[in-house]
Amino acid sequence: MSSEADVAAPGIGLPPEQEAEVQAGVWRRALDNLRTGNLGILPIVLGLVLIVLFFTIKTPVFFTANNFNNIIIQMAGTCMLAFGVVFVLLLGEIDLSIGYLSGLGAVAVAEFQLPDSSHQYPGLVAIVLAVGLCAMLGGVQGTVVAKVGVPSFVVTLAGLLIFQGVILQVLEYYYFSHSAGWIIAGGVTALYAAMALAHVIGHRRAGVAIRDPYILLAKVVAVAVASFGTVGICNHANVPTGLPLAGVLVVIFLVGLTFLAKRTPFGRHVYAVGGNAEAARRAGINVARIRILVFVISGAMAGVGGIILAANVNSVDLNVGGGTLLLNAISAAVIGGVSLFGGRGEVRGAVIGSVVIATVANGLNTAGYKCHPPLRRHAGHRRAPPASALRALSR
Amino acid sequence: MVSETPLLQLRGISKSYGSVQALSDVDFEIRDGEVMALVGDNGAGKTTLIKCIAGIHGYDQGEILFEGNPVSISGPKEAGRLGIEVVYQDLALCDNLDVVQNMYLGREERDWLWRLKEPPMEQHTAETLKSLAVTTIRSIRQPVASLSGGQRQSVAVAKAVQWNSKLVILDEPTAALGVAQTRQVLDLVKRLADQGLAVVLISHNLHDIFEVATRITVLRLGRDVGVYERATTTQQEVVHAITAGMPTKVAGIAETVPELAT
Ligand SMILES: Nc1ncnc2c1ncn2[C@@H]1O[C@H](COP(=O)(O)OP(=O)(O)OP(=O)(O)O)[C@@H](O)[C@H]1O
Ligand SMILES: [Mg+2]
Repeated sequence: MSSEADVAAPGIGLPPEQEAEVQAGVWRRALDNLRTGNLGILPIVLGLVLIVLFFTIKTPVFFTANNFNNIIIQMAGTCMLAFGVVFVLLLGEIDLSIGYLSGLGAVAVAEFQLPDSSHQYPGLVAIVLAVGLCAMLGGVQGTVVAKVGVPSFVVTLAGLLIFQGVILQVLEYYYFSHSAGWIIAGGVTALYAAMALAHVIGHRRAGVAIRDPYILLAKVVAVAVASFGTVGICNHANVPTGLPLAGVLVVIFLVGLTFLAKRTPFGRHVYAVGGNAEAARRAGINVARIRILVFVISGAMAGVGGIILAANVNSVDLNVGGGTLLLNAISAAVIGGVSLFGGRGEVRGAVIGSVVIATVANGLNTAGYKCHPPLRRHAGHRRAPPASALRALSR
Repeated sequence: MVSETPLLQLRGISKSYGSVQALSDVDFEIRDGEVMALVGDNGAGKTTLIKCIAGIHGYDQGEILFEGNPVSISGPKEAGRLGIEVVYQDLALCDNLDVVQNMYLGREERDWLWRLKEPPMEQHTAETLKSLAVTTIRSIRQPVASLSGGQRQSVAVAKAVQWNSKLVILDEPTAALGVAQTRQVLDLVKRLADQGLAVVLISHNLHDIFEVATRITVLRLGRDVGVYERATTTQQEVVHAITAGMPTKVAGIAETVPELAT
């Protein structure tokens, strides 16, 4: 083609000889981001550090291994709900029903394994059934939103009213043994390193430059430090000792849902619909299908969260799913940087946001301020065998 | 006219938005290897017509034939399957996605694990943009929101022409482009036609149209008021049709009256 076309295309294509420039570009981009106020999660992490500092000074029992474990458990349930909220917000929708839906999930688990009924399923089956039920209810709401065109605020508000009226359940809690914890940490690190390696090899083979190779290395190191550090602290705790299952579940869902959001066509289409639904439609994307599936995810995550919360608080009062849970879950996603207007945000925002919320609640609690009861009731936690799973309190 | 069946043929298309009659009884056709310009004043119904072709919305009356067969284009996906690609006037890009993500929206390459194959998509995007002389975009991984109006338009054009399609429809593709990029798009239009594709070009710039078009269809107030051969018409004649043209057929009668142009 014309010679004009060959007059350098800066930044496009990144031929090998430009790789060095790309590495220098890491810092320039970081600086660019700082200057333009595009700070990502940096401010919220700084905020978290300040919060931790504040409570550490305020009370001696805050910055302890025991309390570290507590915070993991306290954030896990909210975080699961927030994972679903991230997807819903990415679409530019809202789901108000997740609070009570999570309660319903907890009840369903107990219901599915009631000792004296005709349907006494094993723990894991009951959990899968309960989450499936929540996913289905989410799907029903999503269908009304996508096909009938009723705003999600209205549909899920109706859902909220319907799912209300939940009963008390108990699910006992599980901690990994010390050695199992270390094995998990090693496994996570090895897996992440392997994925990073596969990424590098894939790019090399395709002849595309690897963006920021140093950052990639730093990430692997950070994952190693984080996972071994977490297990170390959790094992150091003594009231309940060991890595809590809830923490592991958070990581599993974090990885799985991040993959879904960032690496699959489905995730890309969620972002596209949230960014410009009409453009997505013209690109041949089935917008209604995406909407329904997102509400299915939201419902399923509410179910998972509800079960974890039921385990966490050791008893669920009629208020479960109501009160602050819904607000906390949505706040977690928003604190974590997910836009309320759709199309912007990351799955990891749910984790960061729920850690912040749990830390503040826990800190206020340990520092002796009045806080909502479920978190206080949690204080005297015992290690429980894994299999006993669920026991219905009242029904 | 040549007897060969047109690639796309619209017969008696009518479309109303509520009380606004945007199109009434419009005929339109285009053949392989031809650049058909579609002109008309603002609000004449050009965009509405191509949205009917692209399956963005239905039409109230009339029929569409593709390669001689009646088709019902139920949606954008169906249009894509037939080999119809469109650059929309309002661009239809997702601001929150980057250039590569927009280029492949709805047609992402994936592997057996359902994972997106980013490297080939990235590489192909870079090549396509380079072939269109789009050299001012700093990174194809930056969100489209951060691009200038002209850069966005270039991306929209690149997005439509990268597929091996049979018919490319460009709704005012050069309206925001600089001199060099407009040149590239016009050259591209000619090149596509040389390769045997059919191109529909909507533009208000008659100079550009007289450079690349083989025929010119004029719409006025939702009616087609004539098809002109570029070789035998003049700009004055087309301008007159745009501003004061009369329908070439009487409403209700489907047969085309001999064209004004000849
Ligand atoms: N979505 C819509 N709802 C209602 N009326 C519409 C809609 N889209 C277009 N119209 C009307 O239909 C008529 C034709 O519009 P159209 O966009 O097809 O014009 P156009 O020829 O593309 O004009 P322009 O040169 O300004 O792009 C106009 O009167 C317009 O107001
Ligand atoms: Mg238009």
